[in-house]
Amino acid sequence: MPRLFYPVDKLKEKALFIRRDIITMLIQAQSGHSGGPLSCADFCAALAFYEANYDPMNPAWPERDIWFFSIGHVTPVHYSMLAEAGFFPLRDLMNFRQFGGHCQGHPSKLDTPGVEVSSGSLGQGLSVAVGAALGSRMDRHQRRIYCIMGDGEQQEGSIWEAAMAAAHYKLDNLCAIVDFNKAQIDGFVENVMGIEPLADKYRAFNWYVVEIDGHDMDSIVEAFERARALKGRPTVILAHTIMGKGVSFMEDKPEWHGKPPSPEQGRQALQELGTTWEEWSARLDNG
Amino acid sequence: MSGREYRLTREGWGRALVKLGHENPNVVVLVGDLASSTMVDLFAREFPERFIECGIAEQNMATIAAGLSLVGKIPFFATYGAFASCRAADQLRVAICYSNLNVKIGGAHGGISVGPDGATHQAMEEIAIMRSLPNMKMIIPADYYETFKATGAAAEISGPVYIRFGREKVPVVTDENTPFIFGKANIMRDGGDVAIIACGVMVHEALAAAEDLARSGIEARVINMHTLKPLDEDCIIKAARECGAIVTAEEHQIYGGLGSAVAQVVAREYPVPMDYVAVMDRFGESGKPDELLTAFGLRSGDIIRKVGGVINMKSGRD
Ligand SMILES: Cc1ncc(C[n+]2csc(CCOP(=O)(O)OP(=O)(O)O)c2C)c(N)n1
Repeated sequence: MPRLFYPVDKLKEKALFIRRDIITMLIQAQSGHSGGPLSCADFCAALAFYEANYDPMNPAWPERDIWFFSIGHVTPVHYSMLAEAGFFPLRDLMNFRQFGGHCQGHPSKLDTPGVEVSSGSLGQGLSVAVGAALGSRMDRHQRRIYCIMGDGEQQEGSIWEAAMAAAHYKLDNLCAIVDFNKAQIDGFVENVMGIEPLADKYRAFNWYVVEIDGHDMDSIVEAFERARALKGRPTVILAHTIMGKGVSFMEDKPEWHGKPPSPEQGRQALQELGTTWEEWSARLDNG
Repeated sequence: MSGREYRLTREGWGRALVKLGHENPNVVVLVGDLASSTMVDLFAREFPERFIECGIAEQNMATIAAGLSLVGKIPFFATYGAFASCRAADQLRVAICYSNLNVKIGGAHGGISVGPDGATHQAMEEIAIMRSLPNMKMIIPADYYETFKATGAAAEISGPVYIRFGREKVPVVTDENTPFIFGKANIMRDGGDVAIIACGVMVHEALAAAEDLARSGIEARVINMHTLKPLDEDCIIKAARECGAIVTAEEHQIYGGLGSAVAQVVAREYPVPMDYVAVMDRFGESGKPDELLTAFGLRSGDIIRKVGGVINMKSGRD
């Protein structure tokens, strides 16, 4: 399947749909993470509907690009993106975190179509990306590898093992994206364990660094194109985002990292996102 | 036992990888700055384009292997067993086992017989860790030839496989033609008075014990339980029924090792007196391999003593 290359206005609409899915899933499950999924929504929409090459009818299609989440906990955005892209029916989102549903709390490769690798223990994804990129290059395969990380996750030492290896092996088929939302569980990243200057750290590790407003669709698309054009080095897109983006009472509040809105709060959130629980849960139920 | 051939198990692994490299272009080998002691340098020389040096970063190496398997490679990674099983345990658990990825792990330097490097380098927890991970499979071959065959067998199995091998040259107890069937134990000597179920270098000690026991009229069945997971339960149950007493022998911690695994089957299916030759919940220490095997109670004499005990228990019940 060729890349979708949606225009920016359509990508913005997809991002909005994804945010509505996220809130609806969380209201339904009454469990799960709100903040990170909402901050990732824009670049995830661009990845699925502009940048990456895949076939939702054939998740193991050998020609596909490979993208996955090192931050396993952002499953609401992960599953929404997969369902919106057609890997499985939208209605499966309504079983998120429920017994018997395939949408596990954290991504499970053996359960959910389109999940490339199980994750949920932070700090593993960039190494997986290095392996997939090395293996693709051995085969002279054109595929690209995308790995989505968190900013708090940068505190994991294994990330820097992988960062070293990606640069050592000059993996220009690898594009990492950091959801740089400044927040993690115990508070703001700078107070918990500062990671700045993050761009300088990656540059010192010989990466190509693109810093963008992670909610500006034009910049996101351009960043992906710049990464694609670059030869001889891996790229990291530092996507400056806002935790809880799109829902006023969640924005920039670390306490929204890991909890769902109450049904009341969820209704308000959906209203801010231009829909209602009735409308959007029906769309998922019937999708 | 004079004239017995001694060879490195890790050489069996190294040579098998070269063979696999010739047979299958998807076989890829990774190492963490231990190319010659894990003997993957043999592969590196023949297939430099399929050899990935990962440096001293075992968590990264394990998960790079996971990524390689996503794009159709069959990665084999090697490091010391202590690091393969403990440093990279989280990566084995989440990325590799939970995804059931086709990653093969070579854990070198298993057991007390590693010798002078001491406790840090004497991996003795791998059976407990690997057996507890869903989708993981595990082989502990007894000698050079068996390691060669086990490595080849691992390539045929889909999903993660851990192979443990040692540091020292160990007595060769099989030969090129001994069958090796993954998941199926080998009976190395038949007997009906007691069964000695062993793995790794302890198979040799078990055979030596059986020879001595035969001189005093006790016929021991020696079972080489090379596959630790999945365990050949039929063979264990048959041994319990036919021999009525079992001693296990392993170069591993007593808790969670071969003995625990066998006891679980025996207790459920056909309880008989059992005892265990294993490392008694303590760290290793520096010394010569032979010295350590003796000091840690992992000798044929230790097996014989335990055999005496279980046979007494068994006859006490008759
Ligand atoms: C190895 C590991 N340690 C701890 C956790 C628990 N945990 C889950 S998410 C999280 C915070 C992640 O922060 P960040 O990467 O900034 O993601 P965000 O808060 O933006 O969603 C933690 C500590 C984990 N999943 N894995």
